[in-house]
Amino acid sequence: MNQESLLLLTFAGMGAVTYLPRWLPLHYLSEKRLPRWFESWLDFIPAAILSALLLPSLVTGGQPRSLDFTKPELIVALPTLLFALKTKSLGGTVLVGMVLFWFAGMLAG
Amino acid sequence: MVITPAIRSGLAAGWPICLGYIPIGLALGVLAQKAGLHPVDVGLMSLLVFAGSAQFIGISMLTAGAGSIAVILTTFVVNLRHLLMSASLAVHLQRLPKGILALYAYGVTDESFAVNLTRFRGGGWDWRPALTVNTISNFTWIASTVLGCYAGELIPAGALGIDYALTAMFICLLIFQLRSPIHVLAAIISGALAVTLSLWMKGNLYVVLASVATATICLFLPGGKAGAGVKEE
Repeated sequence: MNQESLLLLTFAGMGAVTYLPRWLPLHYLSEKRLPRWFESWLDFIPAAILSALLLPSLVTGGQPRSLDFTKPELIVALPTLLFALKTKSLGGTVLVGMVLFWFAGMLAG
Repeated sequence: MVITPAIRSGLAAGWPICLGYIPIGLALGVLAQKAGLHPVDVGLMSLLVFAGSAQFIGISMLTAGAGSIAVILTTFVVNLRHLLMSASLAVHLQRLPKGILALYAYGVTDESFAVNLTRFRGGGWDWRPALTVNTISNFTWIASTVLGCYAGELIPAGALGIDYALTAMFICLLIFQLRSPIHVLAAIISGALAVTLSLWMKGNLYVVLASVATATICLFLPGGKAGAGVKEE
């Protein structure tokens, strides 16, 4: 097999193993009434998963990862969070966060 | 093309995702181009996989000489978190034709999940605007990664703070999830667990472990089962 088809086959494999976890729950869980405890469990997933995605990116860095409470990402996160709490505006928060991060980068030189 | 109300709502909800995908996609294109990939390969990869972090890791591994099987297995582990997201979305996509669900599944990313789930919960949202969010995110991603191969290095790094767009978006979407004290607690537990686990483990499986552990813990807390308010609206 030549290099190009091996590459495309690898991408197709990556695509398949990415698609399956995205598709299986939608296919099997969307047709039946879920048990109450499972709906309650799922109800906690968004808060849990967003926090698990966000927090390590704010307070850890480096390879291998270590704690770092001085990152501009974290410092900018505080006013961004306050703005989000106050306004509940997704678009506004995104723009404010970007501007603050831009300034932070310029201040840091 | 006719701009239906569903498409307009999807665009209004999804633009922050697109803004956030542009710098990441450009960066991926630069990396891929340095690794010797043709822009067509990059476009195909983004079309087939549509998962940012997995694509970065995949290209790095291929550059380092890793085999296809290793790359595919790593991709599987990195993207396993979508299982939880699709399960949460399934509650809001009840009894739709299987074909629409199959199409919807393709577009489930961290970002589209977070935006759409928040909208579903707020009411007045169904699969049409949600699928629009997925689709514009997908197009933006594919286009940015291909463009990055050609022009990625022409764009100054850090311009306009655009690298922070997705972080700011996640901060706001996390705030939207904190509907009751127990949800605040869930975010605190999960964040603490994720940080702790991420210091021990390579990769990002800590996202899945922290989320599953947190949801399970919260179920057993006072008010966890009854007070969670499965259907509030």
